[in-house]
Amino acid sequence: MVPKNKIVIQVFHPLLHKSRVNRVLLRALEGLEGVSIRYLYDLYPDYQIDIEVEQEVLLKHDIIVWQHPLYWYSSPSLLKEWLDLVLEHGFAFGKEGRALEGKYVMSAISTGGRRDIYGSEEKVKFSIRTLLAPFEQTASLCKMHYLPPFVSHGTYLMNEKQIGKAAQDYAHILKGLRDGTLPMDKLMEEEYINDLIS
Amino acid sequence: MDEMDFFRNALVYLLAAVISVPIAKRLGFGSVLGYLLAGMIIGPFVLGYIGHEGEDVMHFAEFGVVMMLFLIGLELKPNLLWGMRKSIFGLGGLQLLISAVVIGAVAVALGQSIGAGIAIGLTLGLSSTAIVLQTLTEKGLIKQASGRASFSVLLLQDIAVVPILALIPLMAGSSQSYNSSRELHYFAGIEISGWVQVVMMLTVITGIVVIGLYLVKYIFRIIARTGLREVFTAAALLLVISTAALMELVGLSPALGAFLSGVVMANNEYRHELEANIEPFKGLLLGLFFISVGASINFGLLGSSPALILSLVAALIGIKFVILFILGRIFGIRGGQNTMFAFSLAQGGEFAFVLVAFSVESGVLNPDTSAILFLVVALSMALTPLLLLLNDKVIMPLVYKSENTREEDSIEEEETPLIIAGFGNFGVVLGRFLIANGKSATILDDNPENIDVLRRFGFKVYYGDATRTDLLASAGADKAKVLIVTVDDPQKSLKIIDLARRNYPHLKILARAVNNTHSYELMDRQVDGFQRDMFESSLLLGIEALTHLGYKRYQAHRLAHTFRKHVRKVQHELHQHHKEDEMLYLSESHRHARDLEELLRAEKEDTDHQKDSSWDISSRLEEARKVNGLLPEE
Repeated sequence: MVPKNKIVIQVFHPLLHKSRVNRVLLRALEGLEGVSIRYLYDLYPDYQIDIEVEQEVLLKHDIIVWQHPLYWYSSPSLLKEWLDLVLEHGFAFGKEGRALEGKYVMSAISTGGRRDIYGSEEKVKFSIRTLLAPFEQTASLCKMHYLPPFVSHGTYLMNEKQIGKAAQDYAHILKGLRDGTLPMDKLMEEEYINDLIS
Repeated sequence: MDEMDFFRNALVYLLAAVISVPIAKRLGFGSVLGYLLAGMIIGPFVLGYIGHEGEDVMHFAEFGVVMMLFLIGLELKPNLLWGMRKSIFGLGGLQLLISAVVIGAVAVALGQSIGAGIAIGLTLGLSSTAIVLQTLTEKGLIKQASGRASFSVLLLQDIAVVPILALIPLMAGSSQSYNSSRELHYFAGIEISGWVQVVMMLTVITGIVVIGLYLVKYIFRIIARTGLREVFTAAALLLVISTAALMELVGLSPALGAFLSGVVMANNEYRHELEANIEPFKGLLLGLFFISVGASINFGLLGSSPALILSLVAALIGIKFVILFILGRIFGIRGGQNTMFAFSLAQGGEFAFVLVAFSVESGVLNPDTSAILFLVVALSMALTPLLLLLNDKVIMPLVYKSENTREEDSIEEEETPLIIAGFGNFGVVLGRFLIANGKSATILDDNPENIDVLRRFGFKVYYGDATRTDLLASAGADKAKVLIVTVDDPQKSLKIIDLARRNYPHLKILARAVNNTHSYELMDRQVDGFQRDMFESSLLLGIEALTHLGYKRYQAHRLAHTFRKHVRKVQHELHQHHKEDEMLYLSESHRHARDLEELLRAEKEDTDHQKDSSWDISSRLEEARKVNGLLPEE
């Protein structure tokens, strides 16, 4: 069966060799048909992003996943660099820029903090969705749909079993997105895309 | 021996070796057995191609043992040797002592005098360095527990030959015989007292250590500078032979001397080159030695009293095996390793030939006994490879089913994952970077001047021309992961790469490209990575230039990046042209000019690297102005 949607996982993780959660999540996707994984820190160790190549990648896929740990309530710096360089005027936005129109974007992030501390006023004033607003808005300006994020909370305290479960969920959701079997209307209303299964 | 004789003999020996060794290897017997069989076949009792001059050949060929010990010494750093002292003196000493007592007792029980018993016990207590080490090395066991223990025992035996030689004449008194007046008697035929001889021994040993540690490298550096490989080989041989001769002169074992000089040079930068030079001689001489042992087996005597001889052989091997096995246990050699250890040392050794002859000369043994001893020793030697094979194929799998797989891991210790061939200006930066990150590398370079300086700064640099397979082998190419070729001669570089590809297909190969043609050749060979040597530094200087012309530094960097990408593209196109050129046999200079022209034209046509639109808002301004001068949405 030819997958309905082609998915690209753009991984922005400068310390993947030390990662506990992201590595396992990615392992669950290995060999999955219709899902390609790209390690941006390996492709551009000197931050010299190849705009042509990256735009080509975007054109070839229907769903783009930005997978990264949450650093200072945002992404590692290479993702910001990538946004700055690749989403060019006339390509991704502007009057002529319709290359990405109708595609889907999803953030897949991991964070050490538990879910309840975000937006609790005590520790972290803002919810994850609020913190991800720049990414959501970027997608919107590029006429793409921003899916609810896949969030792994409390990564410091997760045990093997919990990480395994998260990886399973991640693969399950991506397969659903690929095959177009997820209920899209309901899905768009969730705070996190994980909430759909748990 | 006249000239015809020489050629005839050479023909017989070489032919026998060339035919029998590959067959033996093919059948899984190892080269030693092949040589021994060849010797038996061409010897006086089967084909009769070689007669009793085989014994002269044996004496000559014993020099192979000397070379082997020199090579083993080279592999053994002094601190490693120091770490083995317990097993050398404890295990080795006890083995010789107990074996001598038991074998001596048996000899006395069989009717020998006490003196003869002691001589026989000590003589047969020794094992065959040549057979054991050759076999263990061939099987790759020399670095395992059993191999190390075997080596310790053999080393002690080599040391012990000196006092045994001194002891044997004293035994004559208690036996029936002639002149017991011989004492320490060695020095160049002049009679000297024991004390003088001891002083001379110490002087020679000190001399070997001092010369090996401090002087040899200067001599080799001078010779290396001549660039004449055969002179280097001659010097290497001279080194070993002169050491052996000196030891012989003062009455010490030449093999021991060679071993000692090997050990003191184990840290020498010329180590690998020495190894590569001596190795083939060692192999040939040892082969010759084994052939002559095979030829010396007296089948006539065996035929006349087979029961006696065979039971003596069995007794010798049995006694030594049991003693070795028990001692091995006590010294903590585990299961399968221990049977291997005991089997490998259970034979008589080549020193026995010398000692038996000497005992007869000293009147300790009578000629009849010596003929029997000779035969027993030779047979036990010939049986060793068979016994080891039996141990390997039958006993080990039977008794120790599970453990053998784990033992192998501990073999590596000094191997390095990286080999850098060529350590000039280019290699130095690379080497420093890798070493700074804790990656040790074996470095091969053939410029004596470089080596001198680098060694002083603690680099592990070895002299040698990496275009030789044997040097790559001794640098550990079979265990290394990455080979980096940074030599500045493209021809040499390609030769090294072809060699490595052919012999060590597992190696990742990275190379420095010296010019464009070289790059294309590297691309043809699909090396795992290459860099044009001047490219990066030249480009970085270009960035400096642009900043001095008023460009912002970051912008200049981006431009350099775009340029890199463009060059990669052009390079692939030129590679294609290059392949076509090869068929047309265009001249090198013609090609170079054409390449340059194409490169420059490509620069002009490439509009890419003139514009860099990242962060550039001009297109947005333009669009905004079109839509009524409003600011663009951010």
